Amino acid sequence: MKILVCIKQVPDTTEIKIDPVTNTLIRTGVPSIMNPFDAYAVEQALRLKEESGGHVTVVTMGPPQAQEILTDALARGADKAYLVTDRKFGGSDTLATSYILSKVVEKLGGFDAILCGKQAIDGDTGQVGPEMAEHLGIAQVTYASQIHEKDGAFEAVRECKAYQEIISVPAPAVFTVVKGEVPPRFETIRGRLWANRCEIGVLDCEVLPVEEGHIGLTGSPTKVRRTFTPERHADCVWIQGEDAKEQAKGLCGALARANVI
Amino acid sequence: MDKGSYKGIWVYIEQEQGIVQHVGLELLHAARELAQVTGEKLTALIIADDASPLVEQVECYGADEILAVDCPACDHYSTDAYTELMYSLLCEYKPSTVLIGATENGRDFAPRVACRLKTGLTADCTALGIDEENGDVAWTRPAFGGNLMATILCSNTRPQIGTVRPGVFRAQRGVKAGDVQRLVRSVEQEKLRTQLRELVYREDSPFNIGEADIIVSGGRGMKGPENFALLQRLADQLGGVVGASRAAVDSGWIDSSHQVGQTGSTVHPKLYIACGISGAIQHLAGMSGSDQIVAINVDPDAPIFKAAHYGIVGDLFEVVPALMEELKAASADL
Repeated sequence: MKILVCIKQVPDTTEIKIDPVTNTLIRTGVPSIMNPFDAYAVEQALRLKEESGGHVTVVTMGPPQAQEILTDALARGADKAYLVTDRKFGGSDTLATSYILSKVVEKLGGFDAILCGKQAIDGDTGQVGPEMAEHLGIAQVTYASQIHEKDGAFEAVRECKAYQEIISVPAPAVFTVVKGEVPPRFETIRGRLWANRCEIGVLDCEVLPVEEGHIGLTGSPTKVRRTFTPERHADCVWIQGEDAKEQAKGLCGALARANVI
Repeated sequence: MDKGSYKGIWVYIEQEQGIVQHVGLELLHAARELAQVTGEKLTALIIADDASPLVEQVECYGADEILAVDCPACDHYSTDAYTELMYSLLCEYKPSTVLIGATENGRDFAPRVACRLKTGLTADCTALGIDEENGDVAWTRPAFGGNLMATILCSNTRPQIGTVRPGVFRAQRGVKAGDVQRLVRSVEQEKLRTQLRELVYREDSPFNIGEADIIVSGGRGMKGPENFALLQRLADQLGGVVGASRAAVDSGWIDSSHQVGQTGSTVHPKLYIACGISGAIQHLAGMSGSDQIVAINVDPDAPIFKAAHYGIVGDLFEVVPALMEELKAASADL
């Protein structure tokens, strides 16, 4: 079985701070990590390979330094890695990104399963996986917590708020993966040593059959009009008191006056 | 593309077992405000195997018109059936704008439909407006874990589509829809690639934190799972439900269905009581729209106080029991 995992390097959003003077994101010093949901997708792929045999390829689209996470995935057990990078890809929205990735899938060829995290923690859209499936014209299962091969097809558990579905889907298919019960494995020292020696393939506009009108800013139907930091009101009324009883009394009074209770 | 040939605002009404999902009604209210600016007709789109019981659940929530589509393949949600149907309806009716609830299913088929139409889709919006310059919908959404808001436009293609977070807008009853249009559609069997083998409803599925009027939430300061019983008692007394921060959920103290924040639910209750929650941006992103926010925390510098209307610096294990006593005494006085 041939498995592809699409992963993304993201800033660790829990470490992002807002500059109180300029009211903008402070990005310097924020560590770059493999998107946590993608780490679960890599884990799912490695388990599929262990269960049914096969080969796991990882791919990321981004600037050259994004290959750090490819090496991480190789150290955990992936077999081959490709970096999709080209200045012309910059500014791509989800439609353009998924188009480029669909061309990567076609170029590398022959995958039975394509896995992604359910969303990236920087953009939080969750659209690239399904849009890639649509570009490729193949089936999808989103929010998958388990994926198994069964009689040449796949069976996946899909997690919705109100229910769980068990879905059977023919290969090839795209899966987007939620945090499953099994956490992503750690790399081994042997794995890291091997990964450091691995050659990472580079895919750019030269080798990918992409049409220029469909990539980058030109190929992106959505455009960012403006960005801003969310407003918080700062008019907190402090409920004072000698002890908890007094504070509780003060709060009850305030909430009653505000007609809340 | 001739943008002028696309007219009307559509709201997709998600249903589950013949029951309208609340987010659809919320979006009708949000869409009504857009329609007032653009002067377009507002249509509620219902898709089900039998849409008739759903029409009356929707007709008084502000749509001008209801498009009720019966499709035998749509008894339970599937990516392929809903994508096929939605795509063909959008090609046929050409609305300019489509709003879809950002539920798992909404976020499953919206990208497929948008991609098939080669148009723009904005995910997980929390505010909507009309851009003054060109009249496009201005889709505002959080990014970077709620640290940054971005306003997105889709100016050159139609329809412009967005998924909108449940719990951001309030459903509001309005005039009865003037027109109900019934359609019967089918999806060819060979287009349906997946097969539903099993469907298991979660035991706690009636619990929907997004619709609660009062939420008592706990964070890292709760110190352990056993202490959530204290919050449950306060919530019961107030007629509310228990929420939690990501720290509490990640620690395994409470089920993730209780999680409020960027990765959990967005809520806007009348009263939100945050107990032992420091107020990470990702939490604030999910609850700062609440009418009244009370924060109880031992640390006076905790960021939660920046979002709170009322702040108590103190030990929640003392303040919460005292609060329950006070509430009891107050209700006895009535």
